[in-house]
Amino acid sequence: MSDFWIYLVILAGSTYLIRAIPFALISKSIKNRFVRSFLHYIPYAVLSAMILPASFYATGTIASGVAGLIVGFFFAYRGKGLTFVAIASCIGAFLVELLLYIL
Amino acid sequence: MKQFLRGLRGGFPIGLGYLSVSFTFGIMAISYGLEWWQAVVISMLTLTSAGQLAGIEVMINPGQYFAMLISQLTINMRYSFMSIALSQKASKGFKGIKRWLLGFFMTDEIFAVASQEREISTKFFLGLSVLPYVGWTLGTLLGSLIGNVLPTIVLASLCIAIYGMFLAIIIPPAKKSKPVILVCALAGILHCIFYYVPLFSQIPSGISISLSAIIASIVVSILFPISEEKGAANE
Repeated sequence: MSDFWIYLVILAGSTYLIRAIPFALISKSIKNRFVRSFLHYIPYAVLSAMILPASFYATGTIASGVAGLIVGFFFAYRGKGLTFVAIASCIGAFLVELLLYIL
Repeated sequence: MKQFLRGLRGGFPIGLGYLSVSFTFGIMAISYGLEWWQAVVISMLTLTSAGQLAGIEVMINPGQYFAMLISQLTINMRYSFMSIALSQKASKGFKGIKRWLLGFFMTDEIFAVASQEREISTKFFLGLSVLPYVGWTLGTLLGSLIGNVLPTIVLASLCIAIYGMFLAIIIPPAKKSKPVILVCALAGILHCIFYYVPLFSQIPSGISISLSAIIASIVVSILFPISEEKGAANE
């Protein structure tokens, strides 16, 4: 691992620049309606693409992953906050994991 | 100060989610042959999940600098879009060096929470970044040092936290807006196609996530452009 530091510079440097350059250099407000619409929708699209299908496999067992998602969906739909929903999802997944462990 | 505290509170669930995710990263880094301090330094300077994971996979082999650069650029391409989107919402005083410094904290989750604001102040964004950064660093440290102590089912259950958080971010706005439901469904289905269809499944997930999101957003932007004056408030 002698080239750890070179790797680190590439890893951290490229990640930083790809985030900071657009954020720092774009200061004017974008008027174009299509671009504004695109920027409005992109966060929801990114999060959805990250959830599906990776979340099914996040816990290592599809059953507990899906259980966590269902519990999360339920409470998110009921308007609960981020922390509440995140913890509820974990508990949902944990209960199914526990069940599978006991059985 | 009020803005900072509000940001701090907003970052709490993210920090909690990061603690569990980076814990897993710490364990993996050790299993890939890194030292605990190397895992921590990577997390402190990079602050990204998919990119770090891909990064330590490349690091196993010596001299793969170009592969490292290409994989990072594709996996992290989505951050550029997020930065552009938030640049439109940053308050008047949030510019110059402040943006160069705080741009470092542009993660998926910090972005998602910040994008719900009408206007993002420097103090709010700073507050929002603190606990996720602490959680990410601490989780990596703990995972790389004591990762093998926790029972596996507890560890496995924690990995769903981040997705629960994503749901809490997208579902409330989706309830109020049909185009948001459409863009979510489209992006999710597209990424499933990328994931399950053999021809596409070779594509690294960083690229396929970006592609799915970009295609879905373009389609929905054409079908349902947001109104001129109201901008993002058109729900």
